[in-house]
Amino acid sequence: MTDAALSTTTIRPRADAAEPSVSPWTRALLYALLVAVSFLMLYPLLWMVASSFKPDSEIFTSTGLIPTDPTVDAYRRGWSGLSVSFGWMFFNSLVISLLVVVGNLFSCSMAAYAFTRLRFKGRGFWFTLMLGTLMMPQHAVLIPQYVLFLKLGWVNSILPLAVPKFLAIDAFFIFLMVQFFRGIPRELDEAAIMDGCGPLRIFLKVILPLSTPVLATAAVFSFIWTWDDFFAPLIYLNDIEKYTAQLGLRTFVDSTGTSDWGSLFAMSTLTVLPIFILFILFQRLLIEGIATTGMKR
Amino acid sequence: MVGEGTMSTLGTTERPVAGGRFKFGDSLAGYGFLAPWLVGFFLLTLGPAVASFYLSLTDYSGLGAANWVGAENYVRIATDDPRFWTAMNVTFTFVLLSVPLKLIFALAVAVALNRGLEGLSFFRAIFYLPSLVGGSVAVAVLWRQVFAGDGLLNQALNMLFGFEGPSWISNPSTSLYTLVLLAVWQFGSSMIIFLAGLRQIPQDMYEAASIDGAGKTRQFFKITLPLLTPVIFFNAVILTIDAFKAFTSAFVISDGTGGPIDSTLFYTLYLYQEAFTNFRFGYASALAWVLVLIIAFFTAMSFLTARYWVHYDD
Repeated sequence: MTDAALSTTTIRPRADAAEPSVSPWTRALLYALLVAVSFLMLYPLLWMVASSFKPDSEIFTSTGLIPTDPTVDAYRRGWSGLSVSFGWMFFNSLVISLLVVVGNLFSCSMAAYAFTRLRFKGRGFWFTLMLGTLMMPQHAVLIPQYVLFLKLGWVNSILPLAVPKFLAIDAFFIFLMVQFFRGIPRELDEAAIMDGCGPLRIFLKVILPLSTPVLATAAVFSFIWTWDDFFAPLIYLNDIEKYTAQLGLRTFVDSTGTSDWGSLFAMSTLTVLPIFILFILFQRLLIEGIATTGMKR
Repeated sequence: MVGEGTMSTLGTTERPVAGGRFKFGDSLAGYGFLAPWLVGFFLLTLGPAVASFYLSLTDYSGLGAANWVGAENYVRIATDDPRFWTAMNVTFTFVLLSVPLKLIFALAVAVALNRGLEGLSFFRAIFYLPSLVGGSVAVAVLWRQVFAGDGLLNQALNMLFGFEGPSWISNPSTSLYTLVLLAVWQFGSSMIIFLAGLRQIPQDMYEAASIDGAGKTRQFFKITLPLLTPVIFFNAVILTIDAFKAFTSAFVISDGTGGPIDSTLFYTLYLYQEAFTNFRFGYASALAWVLVLIIAFFTAMSFLTARYWVHYDD
């Protein structure tokens, strides 16, 4: 069953259908251009990684990618460059990002299930409102949200960063899941009803198991966007022990100024490393997620 | 297992779904599953949206009472706040430069990649990577170094052309352009959406056009571009909204000041300073609503003008 069901529901781009063939010369020219542009685009990132292994004096004298005398000194200096070790801030980032993943998967899939599979009064009305929140900039609600969390005594804790995600605040993921759930044949629900399943069992036993592609996409994007997020931690976290890696990095820029690029690059490299790894592991999922939904970031 | 169950259901004429007899899908279950979203909607979206409009009519500072000041904040924004106009100027320059450039780049690369070249997925991945990491603090830190006086760019310019470049970041007449470049560098996700759009264009259109003697350029302007207008429209709207909301890069590169001399004072950065540095919650709420209105205006205009240039099948 799953095969048949999955093939109709899995997000897959259509097979490459290219424009009519091009002449060998155009082809060669295109390749040369593409290679040049991609090299130029990636160069700063590669150079950052390379420079994190260079002694400081070399960063300002060498545009090359191979350190003449590779050293991990910069990593050692950077790791303990602030009063709190970067390891601790990475741990904070990891906890927050994982909580957000769980929160988004839990709350958005429930909402999407209600919107696509359950009949109740007012469904269309709430669905329209949900779509409306997709377009609304966060700035409109920023300050009262802050005041609310301040009154609750949540500021300077991870609660303002995690709790809203358990309340399906990222409408984008609801939308993504709605699109996917709609592709799951209703006959499956109906068969389950015949077997005497209620809405909860159908959700858990039919819909969720068939939705691993969209759940994985939502999980990976949730993780990456939370890991990269700077604004919310900047507003809500005050003590350095509670900082995320992004906040730590920015504080590190402040404290070293431009005097120690080596360790800045070392810590920068470490903060993007998890994203690189997720990118390599889930490249297809990420690209298909973007292609099919037009999601942005 | 489903094979049979599904088939029998399909075969019967009486389907449980039909005619509103969706027995178990009662309101209780519906609202039960929707509960987290509903709580979030009222507590974190609708409530705060109303509250923020109310705050924008007060002088609230986070402490003490919120005194009603009427439209004073809005009047001050319009008539007596030079930094607001600076922020508008910076933000509009950024939006009007970065969005078209990003669209052109994304489209050009997508069209090039769509020519049946080998290694499409490789290039696609490479071009997408900057979009994924571009918003991070790490990349902003990198940008600071690359465009510094003794940074990577000037080293390269010096090595290649013997040209001594200025510090692009600390020069107020160039600093904003380094941020535009950073935004354009992240054209990858738009490119992926364009690629998906290009695949939807039927091949026989091109074949028919070449039989009629239309060259590649003509085909691009007469087939590709018109059929792609819905995707261009979609990308343009999303990119514009995103560009208005840009924050991290300007914050990290200018140390949170929007400097040098306010040349990178993005609207969101100004809003942040008013709210969380100066604790003028009332005034910042008014600034927030002005931003919301600007974004709403641009989005509405896009939709209104769409019928004149966006091609739809029917």
